[in-house]
Amino acid sequence: MIRESASSTGQGHDKGVLIDCDVHNALPSIEVLYPHLSDHWRDYIVERGVGNLEPNYYPAGAPLSARPGAVPPSGGPPGSDLDLLRGQLLDSWDVEYAILNCLYGVQLVHNEDWAAAMARAVNDWQVAEWLDKEPRLRASIVVPTQNPEMAAEEIERLGDHPGFVQALLLVRTEMPLGKRHYWPIYEVAERHNLVIGIHAGGSPGNPITPVGWPSHYLEDYVSLAQAFQSQLVSLVSEGVFAKFPGLRAVLIEGGFTWLPSLMWRFDKNWKGLRGEVAWVDRLPSEIIHEHVRLTIQPVDEPPNQEYLLQTMEQIGSEEMLLFSTDYPHWHFDEREDALPVELPPELERKILVENARALYGI
Amino acid sequence: MVERVAQREARKKTKTSFIDCDIHNIVPSVDVLEPYLPARWRKHVETFGMRQHHGFASGIPYPKASPGGGSRVDAWPPSGLPPGADLDFMREQHLDVQNIEYGILNCLYPKVGELLNEELGAALARATNDWQIVEWLEKEPRLRASIVVPYENAEFSAAEIDRVADHPAFVQVVLLPRTKEPLGKRRYWKIYEAAERHGLPIGIHFAGLGGNPITSSGWPSFYIEDHTVMAQAFQSQVISLVYEGIFERFPDLRVVLMEGGFAWLPSLMWRLDKHWKRLREEVPFLKRPPSEYIRKHMWATTQPMEEPTNPKHLLQVIEHLGSDDMLMFSTDYPHWDYDNPDRAFPVRLPDALKRKIFSENARALYRFEGETRVSG
Repeated sequence: MIRESASSTGQGHDKGVLIDCDVHNALPSIEVLYPHLSDHWRDYIVERGVGNLEPNYYPAGAPLSARPGAVPPSGGPPGSDLDLLRGQLLDSWDVEYAILNCLYGVQLVHNEDWAAAMARAVNDWQVAEWLDKEPRLRASIVVPTQNPEMAAEEIERLGDHPGFVQALLLVRTEMPLGKRHYWPIYEVAERHNLVIGIHAGGSPGNPITPVGWPSHYLEDYVSLAQAFQSQLVSLVSEGVFAKFPGLRAVLIEGGFTWLPSLMWRFDKNWKGLRGEVAWVDRLPSEIIHEHVRLTIQPVDEPPNQEYLLQTMEQIGSEEMLLFSTDYPHWHFDEREDALPVELPPELERKILVENARALYGI
Repeated sequence: MVERVAQREARKKTKTSFIDCDIHNIVPSVDVLEPYLPARWRKHVETFGMRQHHGFASGIPYPKASPGGGSRVDAWPPSGLPPGADLDFMREQHLDVQNIEYGILNCLYPKVGELLNEELGAALARATNDWQIVEWLEKEPRLRASIVVPYENAEFSAAEIDRVADHPAFVQVVLLPRTKEPLGKRRYWKIYEAAERHGLPIGIHFAGLGGNPITSSGWPSFYIEDHTVMAQAFQSQVISLVYEGIFERFPDLRVVLMEGGFAWLPSLMWRLDKHWKRLREEVPFLKRPPSEYIRKHMWATTQPMEEPTNPKHLLQVIEHLGSDDMLMFSTDYPHWDYDNPDRAFPVRLPDALKRKIFSENARALYRFEGETRVSG
């Protein structure tokens, strides 16, 4: 349960009560990027009549896509108005820091150069319109995952900017994220002490399920949990955390209740099959405990609170869960449901603030 | 060492009989199907082979943990046949020593559903089922079997189910989880119509390489990944079957998840319920929370046993399922990750639950005769 003030826990923190690790800022329109694009790419967009690159992850009319009141009076998409974000979230929830994950469809285009130009423009727009204007905000660097060398360049370009705390990947990629193909991204992120955030989304051509394309948006959204599980297995099996021991990854908006069962299966298989992956030199669950974090919303909550507490205990670490609202998406009705279980105060404080502070160094 | 363990195992007969819901017999080579396979298809196999999505003529892209399709090293019969191809040795090593009341055969080779040529798949399915009747079911009264079908073609599959379903030893239809499309899609419905018509459960069994990558981000590098994330393929099928409304459209259909794990099922049920509440208007044909369909229409076999770091968490997971009627014990004989009935559970089960998992749930699902004896 989110209490009105964490100072009531006796560990009063004067600057705020929580760090929100998943907030979405949206572009009001593609035109806002024009000041940040070269003539070539601006002309490319205008001459071809590119309306926008909004992805279809959150259908405009679907109830999940916008909580009540999240559509700005100005008419842009939910998450496109900083003042509304302040009013609906930063001020009213007493947020110390909020981390922006901008989900513009940069990763979906097939032209790597265009993707790189759009990523640069989105990041420069984030600096000008969000980070420079609101000190409580931090942001993730949008990268052209299509080309890991270009992605690394973009991280290099912005890695020292204090407003960026993370590089943003999407959970659906062309190849499993553990593959060497993506290692340039991890090398530069580790060097700049940036977290790798892996967020729900992406659609590079592979079906969301191992058995083809489902019919419904509902299936697609629920299946993201399977996408996250596969990526986690890949990152560990390929030895990414052995190669980059300082690297940490956050799984964002993919649920967390599946984690215990995945770790058990992975550990068991490792005992029988470890000879195939010699660089995985300890239990996969130990590597996951050390290097991986997960945001909490949406919480796939069970029919009773006790089961959720048991599941959190099964995770085997109190350091892994990070509070998030997933603003402006609509997963919970009441503020207290953002953390839908009564936790011991110390654990609650870790989830609301301390785990994120330790991870992001903010 | 391995031999000594095997000898010790063989001397120690399990006290209480049980129903083994997953045993593998295999067709050792297409030659044994000669009496059942038309010459036209025998010649086809000789000339063109059995082509699948992956590019290998006979191998597979992810070599398994051991030879013989990933078999126990002690499961190679003295006869020289491959593991799972010798009934006498199966009796000696498994059925007799483990005191098995009924054992359900899932014949995974040849993979009739994964062949690119569906006509060949249909011919091989017919031949394999006829071979199962003659070589296994008529020779061993403890055995029951699943009907193999070329499941990517629902018409062929339904015809095969209709052809052999009246044989009393066929108790199930078996599919692999790595289908071309999610199993809730309309292209598979004729299979469910036929299964429902004959009162047969649909079993979805671990295996297969499919045409789609096993992750939503393409092909992983290692067998440990392929094996670990096969659970996600099962999860995807559960999502599709439930959200496409299969259990509203086929109210008597029952589905068994075999060798795909079960500890993930509570979490998936919570997630299915949670997002259905917000987005239900997209699937108006669902009348109840998704988890209710799962508890009523789905079962899961236990091997490979879930092994939490803290064994007590396994009892929590079973409680989280919200039903004691869904789990059924299986050994997966003769494969490398075989579960021994005396040792598989890392924690002591309450007696009533143990009887259900080891016998009663399967007896009720498959409508087997007999009574479960009280645990010794």
